[in-house]
Amino acid sequence: MNETSYREIAGNGLWKQNSGVVQLLGMCPVLAVSSSIVNGFSLGIATMIVMALSNGAVSLIRNLVPGEIRIPVFILIIASLVTIIQLTMKAYLHPLYLVLGIFVPLIVTNCIVLARTEVFASKQKTLPSIFDGLMMGFGLALVLATLGAMRELFGKGTLLSGIDLVFGESAKSFVITVIPNYQGFLLAILPPGAFIGLGLLIALKNHLDSRAQSRATAAEHMLQST
Amino acid sequence: MKRNPFQASLRTSLIMLGFVVVGTALLALTYDKTHDLISKSEEDEKLALIEQVLPPGISDNNLIHDAIEIAPNELLGNKTPTTAYRARLKGKPVAAVLEAVAPDGYSGKITLLIAILMNGEISGVRVISHNETPGLGDYIEIGKSKWIRIFDHASLSSVPDAAWQVKKDGGKFDYVTGATVTPRAVVKAVHKALEYSEKNRALLFADKDMK
Repeated sequence: MNETSYREIAGNGLWKQNSGVVQLLGMCPVLAVSSSIVNGFSLGIATMIVMALSNGAVSLIRNLVPGEIRIPVFILIIASLVTIIQLTMKAYLHPLYLVLGIFVPLIVTNCIVLARTEVFASKQKTLPSIFDGLMMGFGLALVLATLGAMRELFGKGTLLSGIDLVFGESAKSFVITVIPNYQGFLLAILPPGAFIGLGLLIALKNHLDSRAQSRATAAEHMLQST
Repeated sequence: MKRNPFQASLRTSLIMLGFVVVGTALLALTYDKTHDLISKSEEDEKLALIEQVLPPGISDNNLIHDAIEIAPNELLGNKTPTTAYRARLKGKPVAAVLEAVAPDGYSGKITLLIAILMNGEISGVRVISHNETPGLGDYIEIGKSKWIRIFDHASLSSVPDAAWQVKKDGGKFDYVTGATVTPRAVVKAVHKALEYSEKNRALLFADKDMK
């Protein structure tokens, strides 16, 4: 595999190969934790940190590890990093940890993390690998935040609820009530809301892509005919 | 040159071992650094919940340090030992906070935290965990509705045994139409917890620390 340019890595992570809406890896957190912006984005960022560190670590040791124990070593690295993040979060962001609960340790089993170490970091230099982890993780965080925003808005009529879990009591005033006296739309908060919302996001992305493509071909035709 | 398979696997195992040692060391270090903070956060979290069910200023002791283990008991519905906390003012017992499980919620167990005053009156009840239907049975959560406060000040002497039921079953306690199973389970569990505390006053309201 050739070295990939940073611009390409960013494009892949954030859009073309987005782990949330294109590769569809790591659906467990995407569907379960995306009930609000704060939950979704927080878990997304935690995943991003794990991915950047695990990609970096794997890339550093890629020439030391014999092929046959590659996967066990990668998993060991990922599991250690996730445990470190889990303990840190439990110590410093305890209320948020209570909300995200089991999904923090479950980052270990998120396919996208192992996939990027195996596909990218085990073959590339350290800096591009870290960047790839950052971009792939951030792409996922953005999808989680968007989906969280959609579900929160339709389900509860607010945005950024629960932000005090991250920034303390004083942040309570950041919560935006978009629709006052909203009765709530339960479907959006419950699991079906996650599936429907994700489906809509994928449809939107495909629509934007196909529109961009048809424009590009149209432009080509114009060039050829002149 | 072909390598001896034994040597090759020995070498591979040693490399694996090296990673395990480094990984474990990192984890041990993080655990050590965060351990105190985590147990403090967990203590704070428990205390915050306990404070919700006790009247403010009722006690002056650290409840976390006056905890007793309650063995599995039919009246409390707990299958594993739980912890009860004893509130004291100047060493005299004033209230006890205990956990009770309602096994017959609409979808599984409902865990409750119940504070009972020295005179047998309930000072507060909160739901610790449940799996009731969101938007329907979850009004037992204090964050969703004030329903759980209907138990405040209730006691075995002020509410006769037969009235420890939801209104639909001829009892005293309100419920929300369409979700009767949930409050029925909670009312039953609170009633039984009161019976437990009545039978175990010596333990829950012990004068001195009986360890």
